[in-house]
Amino acid sequence: MKSLQELKAMRERMGESKGIRTSASPTKITVAMGTCGIAAGARSVLLAIMGELAETGLRDTAVTQTGCLGICEREPLVEVVHQGHTTLYAYVNAERARQIVRDLLSTAEKEEK
Amino acid sequence: MKYYRAHVLICSGSNCAIKGCRSVKQACEQEIIRHGLQGEVQVVDTGCLGLCDQGPALVVYPEGVMYGRLTPSDVLEIVSEHLLKGRLVHRLMQQPTGPAGEVSPLSMTPFFQKQKRVVLKNCGLIDPERIEDYVRAGGYTALATALDVMTPESVIAEITQSGLRGRGGAGFPTGRKWEYTRVAAGQQKYVICNADEGEPGTFKDRLILEGDPHLIVEGMALAGYAIGATRGIVYIRGEYELSIHRMEQAIRQARENGLLGEGILSSAFSFDLEVCAGAGAYVCGEETALIESIEGNRGEPRFKPPYPVEKGLWGQPTSVNNVETLANVPSIIEQGALWYRSLGTPSSPGTKVFTLTGNIVNSGLIEVPMGITLREVIYEIGGGIPEGKQFKMAQTGGTSGGCLAAAHLDIPMDYDSLQSHGSSLGSGALLIMDDTHCIVDLTRCFLKFFVHESCGQCTPCREGAPALYHLLGKVSAGAGGHADIQLINRLSRTMQSSSLCALGQTAPVPVLSALQHFWPEIEAHLNGRCPANKCVMGKAAGKIAN
Ligand SMILES: Cc1cc2nc3c(=O)[nH]c(=O)nc-3n(C[C@H](O)[C@H](O)[C@H](O)COP(=O)(O)O)c2cc1C
Ligand code: SF4
Ligand code: FES
Ligand code: FES
Repeated sequence: MKSLQELKAMRERMGESKGIRTSASPTKITVAMGTCGIAAGARSVLLAIMGELAETGLRDTAVTQTGCLGICEREPLVEVVHQGHTTLYAYVNAERARQIVRDLLSTAEKEEK
Repeated sequence: MKYYRAHVLICSGSNCAIKGCRSVKQACEQEIIRHGLQGEVQVVDTGCLGLCDQGPALVVYPEGVMYGRLTPSDVLEIVSEHLLKGRLVHRLMQQPTGPAGEVSPLSMTPFFQKQKRVVLKNCGLIDPERIEDYVRAGGYTALATALDVMTPESVIAEITQSGLRGRGGAGFPTGRKWEYTRVAAGQQKYVICNADEGEPGTFKDRLILEGDPHLIVEGMALAGYAIGATRGIVYIRGEYELSIHRMEQAIRQARENGLLGEGILSSAFSFDLEVCAGAGAYVCGEETALIESIEGNRGEPRFKPPYPVEKGLWGQPTSVNNVETLANVPSIIEQGALWYRSLGTPSSPGTKVFTLTGNIVNSGLIEVPMGITLREVIYEIGGGIPEGKQFKMAQTGGTSGGCLAAAHLDIPMDYDSLQSHGSSLGSGALLIMDDTHCIVDLTRCFLKFFVHESCGQCTPCREGAPALYHLLGKVSAGAGGHADIQLINRLSRTMQSSSLCALGQTAPVPVLSALQHFWPEIEAHLNGRCPANKCVMGKAAGKIAN
């Protein structure tokens, strides 16, 4: 299995695929980025989510944005769809955003077991 | 590793390049920087997305939204709306949205739904200039697996069982070709990838090489391992600058990573590749003319036998394989012959890449299971005939392919059924013509190509092609009679039976199939009438015909 092992090492060296170049990621995090969302700090939330994803290495997760969800007073809003379940988080800030990703990671780890 | 929340895949294929995809990419990158998104959004050059007609085109992931017919100023809107705020730019989108404004995945659109991507699996998804992208997508697994657990014989056995047939035109079983090359006596065997692609209206090999060059490196290395060759040559049409560039780059990257050269992936197998730019004639795609041209001679076909599998390049056993043929090999080794046979038809397993051109709504690059009908390709994938016109004729297999009529729309497209209808799968060109065209005029155009491309080495082709062209001109001018049709038939049979190479042997195919399938229209010309009103009849035409 020499050659396969060497290829595997090469693949690890080159970095795992994040698998987001498909529209079928099992997990989707959506940040509402309407005018109200942006005013309420949605961009820093988005950046925090991405930072945490990079750090934790959570795979198969797509991050998208959407427009105003119609509950502007509770912005920034973050919607998470995981295994078909949708959760809507309100009043998200950078710290809570990071927590959302860490929670997802531990859920995913439990599911793998 | 860095996380990007969105990937913008911009097609950098040749069909988009002529429409200005570079300035679109530039505008995109500049605008992303202007909005401070460069750390979040990755812009990637990729291979053909398939809908070349709608280029320049790009796809934004994770949503999988395709935007087409772009100008640099359109891109400003995509960046500020879609990438910054997550709002889709509907006016530029190439796919429908659902009732709640959700995007239906690209794979579910009519254009992609009936397609099956084996050869094009990475095309439009990876950056062809980065070996990392290919390896991450599972690339070189087939090669590593073969080196670890398969003997060369078992690689050949797998390919033979898969039923893979050459995609360069003749449809010869690839496993058997490799077997012959393996057992032939010779010091130094060669693998040649035929990427000459001189067939008008065919651009599949170009887009495969541009979109996924490492797939060909891997396919050729597997071929080399199977037949016992240590050297391979990729013969690429000289005008295909981007293909040549990407292939050379892929070869370099593969060498740097121990995937080509001495002792590949720590095994005992050594193999290396080089690129040779084509000499610029259609006939150089014929395998023996191609070999002559590599050897530095005029690109003229050799007398066969001996076949290249016995005496090919420099008199050594050589396997010449088409780009698409080789592109199937890694998937077959990885997923097995049985899997491959689950696609397509029993006598023609697998998929076929076609280039759709002519009077069709979606022209571009498609890959479908063998055995799909012309009707499905034209009306479902291709979106039908534009401007409300009627379908008249489809020419499959390139200029030397047969002309099929509306009655043939439901025959399965595979090697054997097309052949039994006087046509061929050939190079995968699919030329669709609407009812404003005249069959005599069309076949005359096809013949003109052969007059120009005949290498002149043998008489039936050198003299026969111009004679056929002249006779068709006479018919087109309304000056032809039944005697001329008889002459066309006889001349065609002579060319088929006594030309030295397949160029001369197949040049009459379009004419013969037209006589068979469009006789009433041709007969009308003998009576001085062109039903499509294309041919100039009478005295004025006499001058043109002569
Ligand atoms: C005039 C002429 C042009 C040809 N051009 C090509 C070509 O551009 N590419 C190609 O793969 N095969 C071409 N062929 C077919 C080759 O001779 C050969 O059959 C083929 O490369 C074998 O590969 P395959 O078994 O994978 O199909 C041409 C044949 C003729 C007679
Ligand atoms: S058939 Fe035509 S192209 Fe082929 S060798 Fe003869 S003259 Fe040349
Ligand atoms: S070359 Fe760009 S879509 Fe085909
Ligand atoms: S070419 Fe001389 S007899 Fe035919």
